[in-house]
Amino acid sequence: MFDDRSPIYRQIADQIKDDVLRGVLSADDQVMSTNQYAACYRINPATAAKAFAQLVDEGVLYKRRGVGMFVHAGARERIRGDRRERFFAEVLEPMADEVRALGIPVADVVARLQQLIPGDSR
Amino acid sequence: MISTSALQVRYGDVAALHSLDLDLPAGRIYGLLGRNGAGKTTLLSTLAGLRRPSAGSVTVDGAPVFENARVTTRICLIRDDGGLGDGTDTLHDILTMAAILRPGFDTGYAASLMDRFALPRRRTLRALSRGQRSAFGIVVGLASRADLTMFDEAHLGMDAANRQVFHDELLADYASRPRTVILSTHLIEEQGPLFEQVLILHEGRLLLRADTDELRSQGVAVTGPAGLVDDFVSGLTVLGERRLGPTKQVTVFGALDERRRALARSLQLQLGPVALQELFIHLTGGAA
Repeated sequence: MFDDRSPIYRQIADQIKDDVLRGVLSADDQVMSTNQYAACYRINPATAAKAFAQLVDEGVLYKRRGVGMFVHAGARERIRGDRRERFFAEVLEPMADEVRALGIPVADVVARLQQLIPGDSR
Repeated sequence: MISTSALQVRYGDVAALHSLDLDLPAGRIYGLLGRNGAGKTTLLSTLAGLRRPSAGSVTVDGAPVFENARVTTRICLIRDDGGLGDGTDTLHDILTMAAILRPGFDTGYAASLMDRFALPRRRTLRALSRGQRSAFGIVVGLASRADLTMFDEAHLGMDAANRQVFHDELLADYASRPRTVILSTHLIEEQGPLFEQVLILHEGRLLLRADTDELRSQGVAVTGPAGLVDDFVSGLTVLGERRLGPTKQVTVFGALDERRRALARSLQLQLGPVALQELFIHLTGGAA
């Protein structure tokens, strides 16, 4: 489930953010409890709690005392904004390196992107 | 809170533990790691009050442990050899005795664990396989619900499926009844995620104590042309290196800051994670 190397709490936080971004979790949905996370992924509950604490700090989740953790109304937009900022540095630039190393014409890349994402041909 | 202060344990001329100071707040799951002979079993049996400190002290909530029945009834240590009598008692009888001797023992929970591990109640301990004996130790350890529960490589010989049952039951029972658990293990990758903190013993001393997840992010493998890698890692804590032709990989300890990461990108060096087990091997002196 997790790669065995980078901090597990960060991987859990990223998974929850992915779920929010893709609409699997919507605003005001309750997320599983730390103990449910711990049991499901076979990890220490404190590790799951750390992921939740990070997501509260980032404004993705909010806590209702005695009830649990819920998805913040603005979470999806916040994650989207954050990922967009990082997209060029973290996704596109490494891809550009690869495109250059392989000698693939840029026009081919653009054409394939347009084919994969129809309806946005600007 | 379990505390040791200047704890020393000697076997004749040989010191198994040197002046160990340790405070373990209650209610957490700790992993105790160390090479063979590092002192793990000595530490756990001293914490359990089974061994008298040669010097220094061991206390639980301020009370000395050794020969203090009021404290030791709240402690359960399961050893890799079971440590549950001479083997001629049936499992049923051992469970009955445990229920009498241990104030928190939950007979119903023990029964459900016996079923999960498919253990035969009417058999004697001696008649069981190695893995079954270990599973039975796990049953006693979990069902004791002791405030301080320690498993000293208690999983030895258990198959992967039964170890998974052990881990699942441990987490589920810990969630509903938080208590202090210490597991000593060599199964670092498999059991690492269960621990909130890891303690690494090395040659009778505490080498390192860290949140498991933090420790995991402390190791970085730097890979690239040998000259560039050497320049990049100078001044960092180098744990080990490997070379393949012109390429070199160096394992460093200590998270890299953003400036270093940017430098690595500009030099086109690859930065990769290091598994907990690999970090452990490097920190405790590498493979012999």
